[in-house]
Amino acid sequence: MSKVYIALQDNEESRYIVEAIEEDNPDVTVIYQPAMIRIEKEGYLVIKRETVEEKMGRDWEIPALHVNLITLGGNVDEDDDQISLTWNN
Amino acid sequence: MSIEIKTSTLEPIRNTFEHTKRRFGDKPASRYQEASYDIAPEKNFHYRPMWQPDKLLNDTSRTAVVMEDWYAYRDPRQYYYGTYVQARAKLQEVTESNFAFFDKRGFADHMNEEVKEKIVRCLLPLRHMELAANMNNVLCTAYGTSTVLTQAFLYNGMDRLGIAQYLSRIGLLLDGNSAESLARAKEYWITDSAWQGLRRFTENTLVIEDWFEVFIAQDVVLDTLVYDLMYRQFDEAITEQGGSDLAMLIEFMQEWHKDNSRWVDATLKTTIAESDHNRELIGGWLAHWQEKAVADLTPLAEIAVGENAVNECVEVLNKRLAKAGL
Repeated sequence: MSKVYIALQDNEESRYIVEAIEEDNPDVTVIYQPAMIRIEKEGYLVIKRETVEEKMGRDWEIPALHVNLITLGGNVDEDDDQISLTWNN
Repeated sequence: MSIEIKTSTLEPIRNTFEHTKRRFGDKPASRYQEASYDIAPEKNFHYRPMWQPDKLLNDTSRTAVVMEDWYAYRDPRQYYYGTYVQARAKLQEVTESNFAFFDKRGFADHMNEEVKEKIVRCLLPLRHMELAANMNNVLCTAYGTSTVLTQAFLYNGMDRLGIAQYLSRIGLLLDGNSAESLARAKEYWITDSAWQGLRRFTENTLVIEDWFEVFIAQDVVLDTLVYDLMYRQFDEAITEQGGSDLAMLIEFMQEWHKDNSRWVDATLKTTIAESDHNRELIGGWLAHWQEKAVADLTPLAEIAVGENAVNECVEVLNKRLAKAGL
């Protein structure tokens, strides 16, 4: 199975998103690169609004992910509460 | 000539302060963590305060609540000075524009005298309670133990002053800046029999010595009851009577209460979960103050909303307490 991935700018806000991803996706690999955080996982990865909000301590909407997004790989399924990446193979 | 571009990664020498590292591990800490945890001095005090020579500064024995670690708390909103100011500025911007709109369109002139009078009698005197709430919360800041708590108390205290000011401005909007309604509201606060219960309760909270008991009486019991009564039920009642424009002016209080409740609930929950001693102690305080508050609020609830209003408030309070684990 291939890996889905998402890369975020390394900043104050992304850190909470990464924390949320780590909590919701137990086997995730987080790679810290210069100014960038790359997150990979086999097959499936999800970012949940609720978890991110809890980490940040304020309201957060899924589209706000774009502010810090560099790139991603995988089929995107997005709604108001979560965004997930999958490969269908 | 060929140029080779290489990136080299510079690892920071340290991720955060030593004391933050000891608590959260050696990784980049959030601003909230750095600004809130393990800040207040706990030992090696040279002098005892002259105003209370039997205790040290930041003495944990100023409350009967016992916590092994007073920094076990966490504000779910993660407010430190920066985030707090940002959040409130945002809220205030909305409120200011609501007030400006209300004024520009002359909504006050469209309210009938009966509705205006009801607002003056039932809502405006609350500004005196808010001032007491300010003093109560600032007392908790002064005598409380850990920064993670005391900073939140201070923000709460500041907010209460702001709310008192907004209430005053509602009065000024209604009476055309003559302050006549505020004078009348004060008269109600001092002499109206419907208000004497709440006034007595408020004055009783001002002389509690145990700061955590102040928190229970004010922020948990009284605020839950009063905010549900005035900013939900009274809001609905006055809307039915043709004063729906008032809703624009009290939105700040509604939003603020929602926001503040998150912190109150989290604080309560952490304290109760710590030990049976805390649970019993707080249970006792709650029972004591809740009984008084319900009795004291009843006459006001009857003239502001109606017969059954207090029971609804109590239901809301009980739900909150159940959620906190009581």
